[in-house]
Amino acid sequence: MTAALTRATAVELLAAMGAGEVAAVEVVRAHLERIAATEERLHAFLRVLDEPALAHAADVDRRRAAGEPLGALAGVPLALKDILCTAGVPTTCGSRILEGYRPPYDATVVARLRAADAVVVGKTNLDEFAMGSSTENSAFGPTRNPWDTSRVPGGSSGGSAAAVAAFDAPLGIGTDTGGSIRQPAALCGVVGLKPTYGLVSRYGLVAFASSLDQVGPMARTVTDAALLLGAVAGPDPMDSTSLQEPAPDLLGDLDRGVDGLRVGLVAEEIEDGMAPGVRAGLARAVEALERLGAKVADVRLPHAGYGIAAYYLIAPSEASSNLSRYDGVRYGLRVDGATTEEMTARTRDAGFGDEVKRRVMIGTHALSAGYYDAYYAQAQRVRTLIMRDFAAAYESCDVLLGPTSPGTAFPLGAKIDDPLAMYLNDVYTVPSNLAGAPALSLPAGLDDGGLPVGVQLMAPALGEPTLLRVARALEAELAFDPTPRGARSSEEVRA
Amino acid sequence: MALSSEQVRHVAALARLALTDDEVEALREELSQILAYAEQVGEVATDDVPPTSHPFPLANVLRADDPRPSLPVTDALAGAPRAERDRFHVPRIVVEQP
Repeated sequence: MTAALTRATAVELLAAMGAGEVAAVEVVRAHLERIAATEERLHAFLRVLDEPALAHAADVDRRRAAGEPLGALAGVPLALKDILCTAGVPTTCGSRILEGYRPPYDATVVARLRAADAVVVGKTNLDEFAMGSSTENSAFGPTRNPWDTSRVPGGSSGGSAAAVAAFDAPLGIGTDTGGSIRQPAALCGVVGLKPTYGLVSRYGLVAFASSLDQVGPMARTVTDAALLLGAVAGPDPMDSTSLQEPAPDLLGDLDRGVDGLRVGLVAEEIEDGMAPGVRAGLARAVEALERLGAKVADVRLPHAGYGIAAYYLIAPSEASSNLSRYDGVRYGLRVDGATTEEMTARTRDAGFGDEVKRRVMIGTHALSAGYYDAYYAQAQRVRTLIMRDFAAAYESCDVLLGPTSPGTAFPLGAKIDDPLAMYLNDVYTVPSNLAGAPALSLPAGLDDGGLPVGVQLMAPALGEPTLLRVARALEAELAFDPTPRGARSSEEVRA
Repeated sequence: MALSSEQVRHVAALARLALTDDEVEALREELSQILAYAEQVGEVATDDVPPTSHPFPLANVLRADDPRPSLPVTDALAGAPRAERDRFHVPRIVVEQP
């Protein structure tokens, strides 16, 4: 029974709880037991919220029995990335500089999840301040991939991806500045969606790069991802960059199929050096879409290849400004010094990890006198060119298709000493962040080593309904089994 | 471009990072390599292309100017490493001339 509960999707759990077949407390307890059984090998969570989760679930059960109204995700366990503020509950961003910090308020996404009665079972591990592609940059130790615990789960939302893949929770919340939802989703064999910029509020999301950051859903099915996005999307008066119009209907068109839909295959990405297993996964997706009646044709994004260069100037520049708030004065760590300036500089050197320092330094340099025009301003011009490429592509296509990541999950330690190699993990994902457009990663089978392969679907701004519809059709056709299997998988763990 | 150690120290001072000598040397190499890669943007970005700072054209967004309760002082100070008399405590900022 317990195993069946953790295997279930959010949709299935909602149906079972709604029919009175199972109580929210049983559902949540089953997932907490699963977390206890897998966590020693995976380290997906920085903090498991056993007691508050069970109390929330008991409250859901009580209100259901009393006939009181319940939210759209009532009783469904959810893994929350530890970069969203939770009132009174430690929020670390995977950084020593925020160790012990308890925010005085909830992020809008957290408040909406609570209003939807989703039960937050824990806060998940991440690369420090969401800077990384492997979750190895967490100050509190790496997360491991449920498919092979000698490998990374991707990042920066590696904790949420691993938790969803390991059946610790059917739903996860991640954030994506340059691929941090989609790349770990691909490496862990789950669905991950980066929404249109502004569709989900950033209020209470600890800022990394404000013109790129978005919060989005992770799940084992497309329908669950759509359901979760629907619960958190929409305008927020507390975020002046949130889109003013109501969120589009995400579920209505989900099963309409793809007959006649025009899919653009990104030619530059095909010519690029992706791993053979990724190439094979992409070919499976193309064949499946053609069988379903979609028209697949090559399309070009001539400037997408400059995306990484532009991104690694723009994102660090914004980060260097955003992270100036960690000054040892208002919250978090302080290392004493004779002057305020010395105290701040010592605090930041002690509190930030190597990758965060690297990016603060790149950004500070790129914005400094004499370099601004050559670096930051030029990168912003490339951003314009990439947006124009997308606009031209969408004149002849409804969605674009390509790989999510050049390879499958790599061993821990393989890229940690080569920052540029690590950055190139994001080569296919950053263009959508630069354009502010939605993109989704979907599992498309396994490579020869038994590791999940992800394909990426992209759409114009607010094209989420189309994106989810294509993903849903592809998911049904590809029939991916999300159960991690193999000698070093979390399935070897005996509860 | 290759950065010098002096340049790295200058940027670290701007960024308020008290780097160790080993960190300066490691960052000099890494930043030089990353910036050499990032300089590719200069190959395609020409002056006739306008820069984009934000994905969508946004005008100022204003809310109604209604008074509402702000964060209580005790809550605002609760996370501070040091607080005193309802204020954040910092080392001396103004130094007396001898």
